[in-house]
Amino acid sequence: MAVAVLTQGLVAQDNVLRWGSDPDSNAPFSFFERGENGALTGFEYDIITAVAKQMGREPVFVRNDWDGLIPGLARGLYDVVICGIEINAQHAAEVDFSMPYYVTFEQLVLRAGEAEVTSLDQLKGKSIGTLDQTAALRMLKATPGVNVKAYDEEVNAYQDTANGRIDGVLLDYPIALYYATPMHGLEFVPKPFGQISYGIAMKKGNTALQQEINKALAEVIASGEMRDILSRWKLWTPAVAQAFNQSSEPSLPPTSYEAFMVAAATQPTLVERLWRYWGFLPFLAEGAWVTLYVSLLSMIIAVSVGFLSAIMRVFGPWPLRWVATIYIEVIRGTPLFIQLLIIFYGLPNIGIKLDPLVAGLLGLGLNYGAYEAENYRAGLMSIPKGQMEAARALGMTQAQGLRFVVIPQAFRLVLPPVTNDFISLLKDSSLVSMITILDLTGAYRQLATTYYDYFGTGLLVAAVYLLLGLPFVRLARWTEQRLAVDTRRPGHRPGMFALPKGKKKA
Amino acid sequence: MEGTESLVSVVGLHKSYDEVEVLKGVSLNVEEGDLVSIIGPSGCGKSTFLRCMNFLEIPTAGTISIAGVTIQCHSLDEAPEAALQEKAHLLRQQVGMVFQQFNLFPHKTILENVALAPMIVKNQVRGEAEEKARGVLAKVGLADFADRYPANLSGGQQQRAGIARALAMTPRVMLYDEPTSALDPELVDEVLQVMKDLDREGMTQIVVTHEMRFARDASDYIVFMEGGHIVEISDEDEIFENPKDERTRRFLKRFI
Repeated sequence: MAVAVLTQGLVAQDNVLRWGSDPDSNAPFSFFERGENGALTGFEYDIITAVAKQMGREPVFVRNDWDGLIPGLARGLYDVVICGIEINAQHAAEVDFSMPYYVTFEQLVLRAGEAEVTSLDQLKGKSIGTLDQTAALRMLKATPGVNVKAYDEEVNAYQDTANGRIDGVLLDYPIALYYATPMHGLEFVPKPFGQISYGIAMKKGNTALQQEINKALAEVIASGEMRDILSRWKLWTPAVAQAFNQSSEPSLPPTSYEAFMVAAATQPTLVERLWRYWGFLPFLAEGAWVTLYVSLLSMIIAVSVGFLSAIMRVFGPWPLRWVATIYIEVIRGTPLFIQLLIIFYGLPNIGIKLDPLVAGLLGLGLNYGAYEAENYRAGLMSIPKGQMEAARALGMTQAQGLRFVVIPQAFRLVLPPVTNDFISLLKDSSLVSMITILDLTGAYRQLATTYYDYFGTGLLVAAVYLLLGLPFVRLARWTEQRLAVDTRRPGHRPGMFALPKGKKKA
Repeated sequence: MEGTESLVSVVGLHKSYDEVEVLKGVSLNVEEGDLVSIIGPSGCGKSTFLRCMNFLEIPTAGTISIAGVTIQCHSLDEAPEAALQEKAHLLRQQVGMVFQQFNLFPHKTILENVALAPMIVKNQVRGEAEEKARGVLAKVGLADFADRYPANLSGGQQQRAGIARALAMTPRVMLYDEPTSALDPELVDEVLQVMKDLDREGMTQIVVTHEMRFARDASDYIVFMEGGHIVEISDEDEIFENPKDERTRRFLKRFI
């Protein structure tokens, strides 16, 4: 029941077309343009907007990480994906495609001055970068002797070529056109490799949607709107014109392309850069707020689950003890990231689709719950046995002894480690950015890839994390000191942890 | 000592830990108003005996009857643990216990220590419980220390607070497990004095102790244990001056 309620937001609605894409470092497909507004743009953005308009639907953008785009279709995060996905047999096994909306080839980019390359076999012994799940990756892997580096963001691959970390990049022509052109010291190899078509991907078996999309797409092509869009982005190539049976002359000047290049070529002065960082702050503040509430809510789950598991493990009958022990050991023995991916992308396979926020909270909460459980167990175990004996001798039941005598004392003991755990949870929460939640880390990735500025933006974001954690660091220290004063164990030698007698209230 | 009418009656008590038998059939009757000291060498089972009497240790076999609550334990696990605990819970309400290490609740003030159980177990409201607690604290001479935490009291004061905490539940019998062993010598008397006062008021008390002088001066009679048996039960003067059993004689020689 709860699952049904929580997933309501994912149910498709007739009047909208939810489309998924990874806008980070994704020019010219769909990306956030530089500048104060940072609006979404790109040729795919233009195409899907035109297609949705043809369909009479409202386009709604849903961001996701590149690796999660296709799994996201299966779990119903969005209706379609338009993100330069190649129509091939491997992809077609997982999703249905529309008719092609673009055809292109793989472009090899090397450092300037390298020898002419006309065949991929000549790349033997070299390190070549590309992206995951691309035709280029497949082609490189089929070439013996090439050291293939699969990148997550294309900008990093070109950057690494320019600064000598790798020898070249093989990627779809539009990517090369937009990322390699503005970078100094890179050269396009004249020979095109392979041929690929992009299609709009959708969940398998939804033929009604497929037909609707194809009809709209055909209309956008026939009306010349497609030619206009691709011309503005300088992507109206002879191959595309031939595929669509239209004139190879661009119908419009490449205004969008030029705007992008002007922005990319502009080296901001220090003042401009600082001014830009200032402009980031509202966006980062939103991310920070997400990070903070994700962390707080996860911690509430972690504390509850941990408390229950600790009680079960210490005082429960053997089946409960067993359950708690397995939970704690399995969670602590596996990476949090894997747990998050299983909850978000794995559970839909058995019919449990969780909202990204719910999946994130559950993943973080259950993971930290296991660590909390061990904290609390240690706390409970460190209370002398005589305390429970005294409680029982006074006629209390075990539950009453726990509630009024043992747990209040254990609580004081575990408060400092729990506060410290929260501080590390605050940082680990950055992993939720991998399941489509735009937290502080998500905001960082978006800004850094839009401006190719990992360093300055990184420092800024690190500072925000530090600021977020600071009050809790203070709280941890304060609880530690308070605990020292509160060490009221009988027979405890004063002076070891306690404040000097004179300062204590009599 | 007429068996069935005694306030405390223990018959044939056995207690084993795994293979080791600590109590090998102990029987004892205690009458209302008696102060009984249990003495004996370390490891003789006297503390285990005391702890069995309020089921902090579950006896392996035997019958314990205190103030009308009777619990029979069998060597085979016939009585399920839950049923036994339920009865033990009833029995404990008749029995107060004072520990060697005091076992006061360190996170609560002395007043809260004393008032806690009456509020939880007897459902007294806070005001009532605290008023009574102040009365009991006055009785053990701690009226002025009600708002302190245990760590801020001397050992003797802490143990008197421990006695007050047990008394607040108005038990019929008080059990003391080496109540002065953890105290500095100069603090012992203030605790023993409280116990003597209680004796005068007619409280039934069973004391496991190493304080031979107290045993001799204050007890109605003394129980000497060794090797899991009661070896000798005797009038307090007689056991010191003319012990019947050779083992008692050997033990007492070290003290006198």
